[in-house]
Amino acid sequence: MAHLDLSQVGISFTRAGRTTEVLRDVDLKIAKGEFVSIIGHSGCGKSTVLNIVAGLLKASTGVVLLDGREVSSPGPERAVVFQNHSLLPWLTVRENVALAVDKVLARKKSRAERSAWIEHNLALVNMMHAADKRPNEISGGMKQRVGIARALAMEPTVLLMDEPFGALDALTRAHLQDQLMDIHVRLKNTVIMITHDVDEAVLLSDRIVMMTNGPSATIGEVLTVPMARPRKRLELVEDKDYVHCRAEVLEFLYARHARPALAA
Amino acid sequence: MASPTTLDGKVSLGTGGRDAAPVKARSLPRISGKGLAKVAAMVLPPLVVLAGFLLFWEVACSHPGAGLPPPSRVVSEAWPIIVDPFFDNGGTDKGLFWHISASLQRVALGFALAAIGGILLGTLVGQSEWAMRGLDPIFQVLRTIPPLAWLPLSLAAFRDGQPSAIFVIFITSIWPIIINTAVGIRNIPQDYRNVAAVVRLNPLEFFFKIMLPSAAPYIFTGLRIGVGLSWLAIVAAEMLIGGVGIGFFIWDAWNSSHISEIIVALVYVGVIGFILDRLVAGLGRLVTRGTSAA
Ligand SMILES: Nc1ncnc2c1ncn2[C@@H]1O[C@H](COP(=O)(O)OP(=O)(O)OP(=O)(O)O)[C@@H](O)[C@H]1O
Ligand SMILES: [Mg+2]
Repeated sequence: MAHLDLSQVGISFTRAGRTTEVLRDVDLKIAKGEFVSIIGHSGCGKSTVLNIVAGLLKASTGVVLLDGREVSSPGPERAVVFQNHSLLPWLTVRENVALAVDKVLARKKSRAERSAWIEHNLALVNMMHAADKRPNEISGGMKQRVGIARALAMEPTVLLMDEPFGALDALTRAHLQDQLMDIHVRLKNTVIMITHDVDEAVLLSDRIVMMTNGPSATIGEVLTVPMARPRKRLELVEDKDYVHCRAEVLEFLYARHARPALAA
Repeated sequence: MASPTTLDGKVSLGTGGRDAAPVKARSLPRISGKGLAKVAAMVLPPLVVLAGFLLFWEVACSHPGAGLPPPSRVVSEAWPIIVDPFFDNGGTDKGLFWHISASLQRVALGFALAAIGGILLGTLVGQSEWAMRGLDPIFQVLRTIPPLAWLPLSLAAFRDGQPSAIFVIFITSIWPIIINTAVGIRNIPQDYRNVAAVVRLNPLEFFFKIMLPSAAPYIFTGLRIGVGLSWLAIVAAEMLIGGVGIGFFIWDAWNSSHISEIIVALVYVGVIGFILDRLVAGLGRLVTRGTSAA
């Protein structure tokens, strides 16, 4: 049995009396510890898939099973790193992480253990130096790191990330990708990450899920990325598999499923 | 979403939440020629205008048979109550301090009740579409009722001046608190709700950890309007209910033709109202330090 199992997932939204089917028949099985990226054109429904897995949206058809149990509401075992970091601006960096830890791990850990765990997770993303700052006092990359720390601190079985590095410059992005790979190797979480960036998808993923264009978007193709871990970005540039995977994804996105019209 | 009829506009004071004055005040410690010039530029204009106004008043009211006493006579006639606000001859013959503190106590109690009730009701209205539809029209009607119109009804219900006055404060100041809180709650970003859902905050935790801080800037706008209205209402209500209180003091002075005392009392009322407004605004600034900037 797959760790995370999406079967026949579909969703329709009704707005002003008109119903549009955004997703249809999304089938995906993810093994424990696997790193899966979802890539597709803007507006195809990637965030919608992630939100259904998170429990923030309810699928109109089909089910999502986590370890055989149906997902029906949000929960910390499926922690989310939000596209726009979603830190609470009135709390410091440490308090943002603490809000999650103190709630989620209240039964599992004592007060002292929780406090140490908060520091541990801040250290994991190199944010100790700014732990007492508020979100509006730190950079975009730092906010995203705090968002990741907050999600990881919930000890999720599945980590859901919605374009976690989308709004960052290339250097910061590369740095955070390296940190993320490092964390994934150590913690062996199951990860689903949405991205627009082909290189990012190939570098980080075990499998890349490519989505067709909406409406009624679904999974077009799933590509397995065979390169061994740990991966080093500099060595990969020339790697045969890397080049091949990259070409496959580009081919899917820009030849077979080119965005219909850039009207939007 | 159904287009909100009246709750969508944030009711705000003309001056807005942030004032230039405190920011400038913070740069004061560097006492230089420039700093002094700045202070003078802030303090001088109102002083000049005030002096001009008093002079005009003095000239206009000095002739015999003038309706109002000139400022010089106000000061000389009302001198006893100006220099000794603390005397207490029993009954209602007390110094201004006692009258004002009685009024402030009523306002404090009525306003505190309105703040609690207003924030809770505003949360309900902001959070639930159903409560909004049901309550909003009722609120919109009730809030247009002038404060004093409630007084006879509350006197009938409470059979006593003190709780009636407090009720009038409550009912006057609760509406802007409800409305602004509701707008604040409605404007809580979906992101914050998602975060709360993922960590599974219960409704009580959600209220204290997400709703209140997120809506705090709006809530304080409502509180600031509310405290102003409270002060407006208490003076009027006290004129009718009697007893100790600044409103009664003014009415009593009128009945005994002590116009000078009325004028002194009005100055007090204005200054206290101003201080109340600044107090709530300052508290709001303190509490929403983190929120408003984001
Ligand atoms: N609550 C909703 N009501 C109606 N339509 C919605 C809703 N949420 C999403 N949609 C529609 O579903 C489609 C997919 O949205 P989604 O946010 O999942 O796209 P996406 O692939 O994440 O895009 P992007 O890459 O730009 O983030 C869009 O056409 C959007 O308009
Ligand atoms: Mg998206």
